Amino acid sequence: MQGLGLEVLLKGKNAARLLSGLGVAMRISLVSVLISIPLGILLGVLMTRKNIVIRAILKIYLEIIRIMPQLVLLFIVFFGTTRVFGWNLSGETASVIVFSLWGTAEMSDLVRGALISIPQHQYESAAALGLTPAQTYLYIIIPQTVRRLIPLSINLITRMIKTTSLILMIGVVEVLKVAQQIIEANRMSSPNAAFGIYLTVFVLYFLACWPISLLAKALEKRWA
Amino acid sequence: MSDVILTLRGVTKRFGENGVLEGIDLDVKQGEVVVVLGPSGCGKSTLLRCINALEEIQAGEIRLEGEKIDIRSKSLAGVRQKIGMVFQSYDLFPHLNVLDNVTLAPLKVQKRAKADAQEEALRLLERVGLKDKAESFPRELSGGQKQRVAIVRALIMHPEIMLFDEVTAALDPEMVREVLDVIMGLAAQGRTMIIVTHEMQFARAIADRIVFIDGGHIVEESSPEEFFTNPKTERAQNFLRTFLFETVKKTAE
Ligand SMILES: Nc1ncnc2c1ncn2[C@@H]1O[C@H](COP(=O)(O)OP(=O)(O)OP(=O)(O)O)[C@@H](O)[C@H]1O
Ligand SMILES: [Mg+2]
Repeated sequence: MQGLGLEVLLKGKNAARLLSGLGVAMRISLVSVLISIPLGILLGVLMTRKNIVIRAILKIYLEIIRIMPQLVLLFIVFFGTTRVFGWNLSGETASVIVFSLWGTAEMSDLVRGALISIPQHQYESAAALGLTPAQTYLYIIIPQTVRRLIPLSINLITRMIKTTSLILMIGVVEVLKVAQQIIEANRMSSPNAAFGIYLTVFVLYFLACWPISLLAKALEKRWA
Repeated sequence: MSDVILTLRGVTKRFGENGVLEGIDLDVKQGEVVVVLGPSGCGKSTLLRCINALEEIQAGEIRLEGEKIDIRSKSLAGVRQKIGMVFQSYDLFPHLNVLDNVTLAPLKVQKRAKADAQEEALRLLERVGLKDKAESFPRELSGGQKQRVAIVRALIMHPEIMLFDEVTAALDPEMVREVLDVIMGLAAQGRTMIIVTHEMQFARAIADRIVFIDGGHIVEESSPEEFFTNPKTERAQNFLRTFLFETVKKTAE
């Protein structure tokens, strides 16, 4: 134990602090996901529309968000906008804003992809049976789109959870930040804590994301 | 037997500059089986798609039992229920099992009772030998089985007329027969049908009338006997020769 620095975990409330750090990360991703999914669906549907102006605007939004490293976005929102507009943003709120912007962009692209992957003849056979366009969407197109979408959006959620590790850079005390604090505090007594604590962080991320990606795989297989 | 139920008058279809159908006139009588033949790309699929208002026509009109088929009309979904269509590509809904594929339209479009729709679906599936597949999903079926389900899915709507667009063209040869047999059975029941096919023996056996299309026009219209033994136009002779050549080669092997 001594060699790996795991004993630090048992000291004081260290284990609980790490878990609550993970809780912060999970909360931020969950809130962002809940915002991103409906907005992403809306924008994704708009992206399949014929209106060129709307499509161009959405495309630009998507590209900007994709090209920009998430850390830069976090800095812009947290340090940049608070200066320029003079408002007060907590690190957590800034994180939710950035993750929602990012999640919405990614989600809209997934929705667009799922929608255009439904073959034309699905629309036509439905029409030939006398289904109205609304019925066609309700019973044929949306169910198929959702089946394609769910595994993909679950993967997006795990990507978000992982990326929350960046928010320590704007002062949010999430799991990685807690880990740093613990390591710092025990620097003299347990010089090996870095290994044990980061190993724990690794396991925590793994435990948070693994079941989610298992679920995605299972759904993918079931609906293939 | 002699009431005309479908009339086409001067039906003209263009894709941009490209004219595909140039004024097609056609009457189909109750209980009649019309087989449409013609070289690839002559507009056979387009003709069927126009009848079902999947394509907009630029001129002319199409009437089913006197009712005009108009892609813009509010009653389009209503007219379409009277037309059953089966396409070349397997177009079952992949997220629904066979029974749900078949009963979706009767339940949602015709608002029939579930028990009634399911009972008829099972009866029709039994007739095409697929009752035991009612719970299967399309991906679990062979091409021939999928096409038989697609036929049942159209039949359950009680259409006035059935349109078949090369429903066996994408099938492995050993599955063609099972699908054609189902269609032969429908003909025996006196169903009105327009069939596009490349199976010449089948065309000859099932048709009451052959309509040969080339260059956007109906070039020849006659009984199957006459069309296959004594085609009047040179274009029809050439068309038939391509099939004949295949047969000669096969016997020579
Ligand atoms: N959506 C479309 N847009 C433009 N041109 C089209 C479209 N659909 C069909 N065409 C053209 O219309 C012509 C007739 O096509 P159609 O599919 O009706 O032919 P077909 O007689 O069914 O041929 P095949 O025997 O190969 O199935 C072709 O030249 C085709 O390129
Ligand atoms: Mg065709």
